[in-house]
Amino acid sequence: MTRKFPDPIGADEFLRQLRRYQKGSVSRRHFLGVTGLGLATAVMASAVPGLRGRAWAQGKIGDRVSVATWPNYFNPDNYAKFTEMTGAEVQVSVFGSNEEMLAKLQAGGTGWDVFVPTNYTITTYVDLDLIQPLDLSRIPNFVESAYEARFIEPGSVNGQVYAVPKNWGTTGFVVNRDKLKMPLDTWKAFWDVTRAEASGRVMVHDYQLTTIGNALKYFGYSFNSVDPKELAEAEKLLIESKPHLFAINSDYQPSMRSTDAWMSIAWTGDGLQLNRDMPEIDYVLGKEGGELWSDFYAIPKEAPHLDAAYAFIDFLLDPEVNAREVEAHGYPVPDTRTTALLPAEMTSNPIMYPAKELLDPLEFGAAVTLTDPLRAEIMARFKAA
Amino acid sequence: MADGTAIERRQSRVTAMLLLPTTLWFLLLLVMPLAVVLVFSFGERAPAGGYEAAFTLEQYANLPARLTAFTNTLTLAPLGTALCVIIAYPLAYYLAVRAGARVKLMLLVLVIVPFWTSFLIRTYAWIYILGGRGIPRLLDMVGIEDLRLINTPTAVLIGIVYGYLPLMVFPIYVSLEKLDKRLLEASDDLGATPLRTFLQVTLPLSMPGLVTGSLLVFILLMGEYLIPALLGGGKVFFVGNALVDLFLQSRNWPFGSAVAIALVVIMLVAIAAYLALVGRERTRSDASLI
Repeated sequence: MTRKFPDPIGADEFLRQLRRYQKGSVSRRHFLGVTGLGLATAVMASAVPGLRGRAWAQGKIGDRVSVATWPNYFNPDNYAKFTEMTGAEVQVSVFGSNEEMLAKLQAGGTGWDVFVPTNYTITTYVDLDLIQPLDLSRIPNFVESAYEARFIEPGSVNGQVYAVPKNWGTTGFVVNRDKLKMPLDTWKAFWDVTRAEASGRVMVHDYQLTTIGNALKYFGYSFNSVDPKELAEAEKLLIESKPHLFAINSDYQPSMRSTDAWMSIAWTGDGLQLNRDMPEIDYVLGKEGGELWSDFYAIPKEAPHLDAAYAFIDFLLDPEVNAREVEAHGYPVPDTRTTALLPAEMTSNPIMYPAKELLDPLEFGAAVTLTDPLRAEIMARFKAA
Repeated sequence: MADGTAIERRQSRVTAMLLLPTTLWFLLLLVMPLAVVLVFSFGERAPAGGYEAAFTLEQYANLPARLTAFTNTLTLAPLGTALCVIIAYPLAYYLAVRAGARVKLMLLVLVIVPFWTSFLIRTYAWIYILGGRGIPRLLDMVGIEDLRLINTPTAVLIGIVYGYLPLMVFPIYVSLEKLDKRLLEASDDLGATPLRTFLQVTLPLSMPGLVTGSLLVFILLMGEYLIPALLGGGKVFFVGNALVDLFLQSRNWPFGSAVAIALVVIMLVAIAAYLALVGRERTRSDASLI
């Protein structure tokens, strides 16, 4: 599908060519060829519907861009528009944990051009030489001054930018209030109800950070603890809870929607999407705390379609495009330009923007949790139990 | 003489060339990876995950930590195989012995048709069939309440039988189709009851198909990953799922390798035992026929 199109020309060059054509020093054919007007006419003549895209991008970035991201985390219309504009097809792989993304990149040969790592993983990717430094001149839509500093910082390591912010959010839990009417506003209650009234109806992420982290919160420990004694208590709670779980899966929306599951550890956007369609589903942040996170767009070291990767990231960071992302998935952005374009019912939505007293106790994930062998093994043991 | 050796030499050269692709395939894609896995299984997990060279038996000592995955696999794989035999045999028998030409063709096509769709998609469909809005809701209407199917061992078994049945039907069908019907008539003429004819003539003669089908299904089931992942919801864990977890989540390649080696060993022992058992049975029944 890759088609060769003429290089774009600037306004000056266009006028120069126009003069030459008017003076008769070049043929009409040459004029239409170098300016791209011939192509534009041909495209219009062939009555291709809709926005056919900017000729500058057509075919120049290759025929595809491969993206590794998370469940329910993009607006398919935006991706379709990118394909329409550039001719590059967007191939999406969905992952349920940062560990899974890291494992694939460590094994090599992923073919990914863009991936979406979470704040606390970026230093590890840099240490393992799996991620590229970003050439910000190729992402003009990333305007640093428009972003909240704390959501940009994790993208830089030793002063070099490796990742630009996608969204931020929290990790809480969703609960179907038609099924579970008792007060539920703490992680303690989450795990207690799991082993009682909600037995067989609860899901946890297939993701060590959030599942172990929120089991740690049951005892009031840090979400990021790597203390063997504290982790042992969390593991005991997890193993005891396992027979009462409906499933271990980071893609919990289908089961919540079918009401097979009544409660699940959940991220902001899934909470909003579920609540939007089924008002009986609440999104709750445990009072003890839990996770505050930010995700980034980054480019793997071995990205096969580098031009496409930059074009794709730049396209998605366009505030108009980004606002449509947010409207679809419900994860807030740290970009004030985009937030200004959001409808008021989103910017005042407590799922997206929780009260300060709920946000304050939340913790950013810590880099050590990604590589800590004990947390990895506890998660694997819990699943195999 | 000289000519003869030249021809022989040429022949052996041709044979060697013809075998070359297979040999390379075998060495590169089976022997070498297995050797790598074996070496890895004595290593250590690198700090950020992966493999670090070492010589330790630690990984093997840690195997009991995956005991549940092994017991799940070692109960559900043979059980699934047995269920497939029980369901496939009558169907194969009907197809091969009883069905008329037209019905037979239609049924064979029906057995094959599901293969036209991806196995993943078909298994995904079962999530909805077994989920709360599927069979349990239907049963709820007739008064059987709160039945949970999805993410249980039962769901995994249903998925196994659904997915693997054709692999059992065809080998049995083929061996039954070759069955000389005159033998059945002879048995009948000699006064054997239908049951006795079945047990002493039909069944032994269809043993090759039965053994092939069982081995095929059993071996694939021992390494099964997809069905427990989708229909077990991460709660019914096979060794295959534990392996995927160890390599793709916790990135503990050495321990994953040790688990893989253990699975291969268990599988070889199980298959050897099965073949020995079947072999003895067959010699005995051959003897009883004489």
